[in-house]
Amino acid sequence: MIEKISLYILPLMILIMLTFALIKKVPVYEEFIEGAKDGFKVSISIIPYLVAIIVAVSMFRASGILDCFRNFANEIIPPDIIPLIFTRPLSGSAALGLFSDIVKEYGPDSYVAKLAAIMAGSSETTFYVLAVYFGSVGIKKYRYAILTGIIADITNIVLAIWVARLFFLASSVL
Amino acid sequence: MNYIFFILIALSIVAGIFNNTLDKIVNSMLSACNTAVEVSLSLIGIMAFWLGIMRIAEKSGLVQKISKILYPLTKFLFKDVKKDSPAIGDITMSITANALGLTNAATPIGLKVMKELQEENPDKEKASDAMCMFLGMNTAGFQIIPATVIAILVGFGAKNPTEIILPTLIVTSLSFITAIVVALILQKIWRKYD
Repeated sequence: MIEKISLYILPLMILIMLTFALIKKVPVYEEFIEGAKDGFKVSISIIPYLVAIIVAVSMFRASGILDCFRNFANEIIPPDIIPLIFTRPLSGSAALGLFSDIVKEYGPDSYVAKLAAIMAGSSETTFYVLAVYFGSVGIKKYRYAILTGIIADITNIVLAIWVARLFFLASSVL
Repeated sequence: MNYIFFILIALSIVAGIFNNTLDKIVNSMLSACNTAVEVSLSLIGIMAFWLGIMRIAEKSGLVQKISKILYPLTKFLFKDVKKDSPAIGDITMSITANALGLTNAATPIGLKVMKELQEENPDKEKASDAMCMFLGMNTAGFQIIPATVIAILVGFGAKNPTEIILPTLIVTSLSFITAIVVALILQKIWRKYD
């Protein structure tokens, strides 16, 4: 059911947009080309920002420093969740990789895998989005955007742990 | 961003010296440069496609229509955006694309939003309140169905992979609301420091 809905949404959205435009007598082909012309320029213009953030994040992951953070683990936060917490705001694909590792290690029906699933599915790559989106229009002063992102990420982690315990850990009192 | 960039790299190199992973760091540094270009190149086609589609939606007045319908709500969230600005309609589409997990569509539309907000921004080097709010909503990553995560769980043979949908939805909605509230509060506080 849910998969069906997600399958239909995109094509239907495009169909509605095109039909509406045709009714309004918009030359759809010419306007499409006109808009699409910017695709190359925008994609190329974000290369420097992509290089900066992807290089920094890759180095950070390769350094093995995330494994040192495992020491912060306690009875509420399992040790393998900690690298995921720090990776999620930095890189989406890396976080999905870590999530797969956790599922493989603990089994897909374990509490740790479910907690990891909630974390991986409920947040975005904060720093990547900030660097690329601001970079694409040349903003240098981010003002409170980073702080907003970090506070939302921390809230997200706390909520994920709490909700996961509530749903999947029968012995939990909270 | 200067601090984040510095901390990520400096910490990695220092940790690399202690963990004896310097060779790995250098390798990943070099391959990451290529990855960045690959990401950008792979974006060109899909970017062109969505910018084309969005241009049609804009010319037909569909985007403006959505803007007008949502005006009472967006007026509150994006105070400095003009009423007839196409940005509001595009923001809606961007959030919708994100919520539906249409990552391919979300980035092109999101970058278009930034361009439109920049046109109304008086200081071209400083983020406007509307930009901070938009990125706050964006980085909170509101998603209705975490399709990729479910796919991975299914791949490993989970008994009931859809049981994570409801808890994820609760967490993602609450973080989304938190981001909006935090952005609204910081908007007021930050003015004193500008």
